[in-house]
Amino acid sequence: MSTLVYINSRNGIAKNAYEAITYAKKLGQEVIAITTGNADDSVLATAGEYGASKVLVDRSVATDDAQQLTRVIANAVESTGANTVVFSNEIVAKSVAPRLSVRLKAGLISGAIAIPEGDTVKVNVFSGKAFGNVKINSDKKIISLLPNSIQPEQTGSACSVEEFNGNAGEAKIKLLETKKPEGEIPLPEAELVVSAGRGLKGPENWGMIEDLAKELGAATACSRPVADIGWRPHHEHVGQTGVAIRPNLYIAAGISGAIQHLAGVNGSKVIVVVNTDAEAPFFKAADYGVLGDAFEVIPRLTEAVKKFKASN
Amino acid sequence: MKILVCISKSPDTTSKIAFTDGDTKFDENGVQYIINPYDEWYALVRALELKEANGGTVTVITVGTAPDDAVIRKALAIGADDAVRIDAEPTDAYFVSMQIANHAKENGFELVMTGKETINYNGSQVGGMISEAMDLPFVSLASKMDIDGMTATLETEIVGGIQIIEVELPAVVSCAKGMAEQRIPNMRGIMAARTKPLNVVAPIEVEKLTSFNNYTMPPAKSACKMIDPENMDELVALLHQEAKVI
Repeated sequence: MSTLVYINSRNGIAKNAYEAITYAKKLGQEVIAITTGNADDSVLATAGEYGASKVLVDRSVATDDAQQLTRVIANAVESTGANTVVFSNEIVAKSVAPRLSVRLKAGLISGAIAIPEGDTVKVNVFSGKAFGNVKINSDKKIISLLPNSIQPEQTGSACSVEEFNGNAGEAKIKLLETKKPEGEIPLPEAELVVSAGRGLKGPENWGMIEDLAKELGAATACSRPVADIGWRPHHEHVGQTGVAIRPNLYIAAGISGAIQHLAGVNGSKVIVVVNTDAEAPFFKAADYGVLGDAFEVIPRLTEAVKKFKASN
Repeated sequence: MKILVCISKSPDTTSKIAFTDGDTKFDENGVQYIINPYDEWYALVRALELKEANGGTVTVITVGTAPDDAVIRKALAIGADDAVRIDAEPTDAYFVSMQIANHAKENGFELVMTGKETINYNGSQVGGMISEAMDLPFVSLASKMDIDGMTATLETEIVGGIQIIEVELPAVVSCAKGMAEQRIPNMRGIMAARTKPLNVVAPIEVEKLTSFNNYTMPPAKSACKMIDPENMDELVALLHQEAKVI
């Protein structure tokens, strides 16, 4: 029996795809990766370093159309005889995995955060405020792993890449335009995030947040009120109704830490909170707290990071 | 145009999360249920705006038991024309999706809208599952949507940006922030909601693909370490040596 892993290779292979391969490898079966598009064989072959025995690629599929990808993956399941499919629970997977579940009548566990224990898998529920232990009852199983839940492990070497015809059919969704801000680190993928809220008093004061983010190689984020009044773009809003992130480090300046904000960031490994209010609820969720004025503390922190980078 | 909006109840965002029965059941004691915010603020309100602009009807559907009628009445108060409750305990996303897809197919809905995920199970599964069961295109994480005849133009989130796409209806769309602004029901809406049709429909038989065994709480966070605001070198050193994140 084998495990099939879907990897999105449209813009190279992201870290979360290697996490999914590592996860699949830990299930103990042969791991075969499936992808679509035009990535170079040499790029795709890196899947082998994390445990894939080969990569199947359907070059006829040019977009991330969920219907097409579902057909390709379903056909790959059939031709490889895989009994398990693993995804990284990112944007494309969120539209494809549920479709595949229905097509294969395979139970789907979405948002897994750990390797299965026996036949149950731990998932994040209630926006990270609790965990659920879920069991799949069907023979075929689909697990979609939350990004940054396990670290990718390089254990092998490059693997073979084989052309695969997944009978994708036609795309019913027509792509008109793609807009990607240049030079920004996409928030959902960022390992380090610097975020600020109303405590910054106005959009003109975001320079110091951007400086710190630049120095750290971090993405920038914000709280909901700040996005709602237009100080920052909506795609930077993290929280219950915005983006949920799971970075290694989340630095929050001038954010009180309302429960709705915490719901979007409580998956962060380490939280640093800078606030003038000792009673700010965010300190209860923080690993490190700085009771002070962001206008003084953030530039000081940027300098300290600069000094650290120079000496390391 | 016949629009079907899928709504789910979810605990109020400030609810205390606790479990009972040997941690196998969500503790509903003192919990106030609301319409899942993504379903309400984005899917339902945008559906109403599309109806106001282009004509048609907006039906809300949920899979749940009689106590959920209160949440459904709120959706009617916001402006939905009628409601359907599939009378069953919603056991997993597959069960819910098969119920809704079956109803949508039989009743000729041309647009099915969902929120991007519920805030209790965060599965983000129902929209995709309905679309596959109906063999329809699925547009996920839409932040803008307009309709011209049977052609929909949408803006959707992609990794690190957005894309603009076009799709012929019928289709299934999951809705994210940006689609619409929250609407507060007014007194007339609340009065009207009392007499709007709420049809209770028997469920179809569906295989149980997954089961929730039990719940656990995250380990308690250790106390926050306070750092002298004058000494950011110390913070950087801790982040490097102790937390190992930089």
